[in-house]
Amino acid sequence: MSNINSDRPLSPHLQVYSWQLTMILSIIHRGSGIFLMMGTPVLVWWLYQIQAGAGSYQQAEEYLLHPLGRLLLLGWTFSIFYHLCNGIRHLFWDIGKGYEISTLYRSGAVVVVVSSLLTLATWLRAYGLI
Amino acid sequence: MKFRSPLKNARGLGSANEGLSHWWLQRVTAVALIPLCLWFVYSVLGFLGAPHAVVVSWFGSPLNSSLMLLFVLVSLYHGQTGVQVVIEDYIHTKVLNIGLLLLVKGFSALLAVVAVVSVLKMAIEG
Ligand code: HEM
Repeated sequence: MSNINSDRPLSPHLQVYSWQLTMILSIIHRGSGIFLMMGTPVLVWWLYQIQAGAGSYQQAEEYLLHPLGRLLLLGWTFSIFYHLCNGIRHLFWDIGKGYEISTLYRSGAVVVVVSSLLTLATWLRAYGLI
Repeated sequence: MKFRSPLKNARGLGSANEGLSHWWLQRVTAVALIPLCLWFVYSVLGFLGAPHAVVVSWFGSPLNSSLMLLFVLVSLYHGQTGVQVVIEDYIHTKVLNIGLLLLVKGFSALLAVVAVVSVLKMAIEG
């Protein structure tokens, strides 16, 4: 914090890179983390409404089941699964594993497929379809 | 190869004078969140559209209310350490940097307290 304004070298400007899968996945990890954090007030509001009584709970349900509410919930479902799967990928990197280029792409593809399937399964279950 | 000076090693501190604790707590909370997130999604799916009384009695079980609080508190802690990293990456104006950090941490603390009181109330009454 104390050397926030020092002249330390900066990383190269993002614009010089061409788009790659690994970089998109990395951006989505950050995005999903922030989006999940933006969901915490809604989660706590929901807990508060349940505690406040049947009427408040009903009102919360109405907001959450509004099409816009559903869209947000879909976003949070995908975010939680994506961030979870890619988070595990991060944790492997932290113990020094999975850095080979081919492994990076393979684990990235696995994260996309698994988190999409988990999201789909959750919503099919929510609508009573499975 | 060693990148740390003997003194830094002896004190166990990094350049920010707080050692590894921020990084480490972010990882520890991440590991804890793997089962907690799965449990949370599974549980919420279980009482989608349920009547109020059913949901309240669900929170009346100490196991459910404990895990729910763990999920909320660990998420807030992990998320707040994460947002701190993002703010430190992009916001280089000192006043704005500190202001945003205080806002995020203060708001997280407020949410944590509201969650604890709400869930405990149901755990005790329900
Ligand atoms: C399934 C459980 C989770 C796992 C395994 C996980 C894992 C991780 C890991 C390893 C990082 C560090 C990434 C890096 O080094 O850049 C991270 C960052 C982050 N996480 Fe999580 N996380 C989980 C759940 C959550 C939840 C529930 C939230 C929000 C409430 C959240 C919010 C964040 C944020 C805001 C960041 C910072 C993003 C960044 O630095 O780019 N995470 N997570």
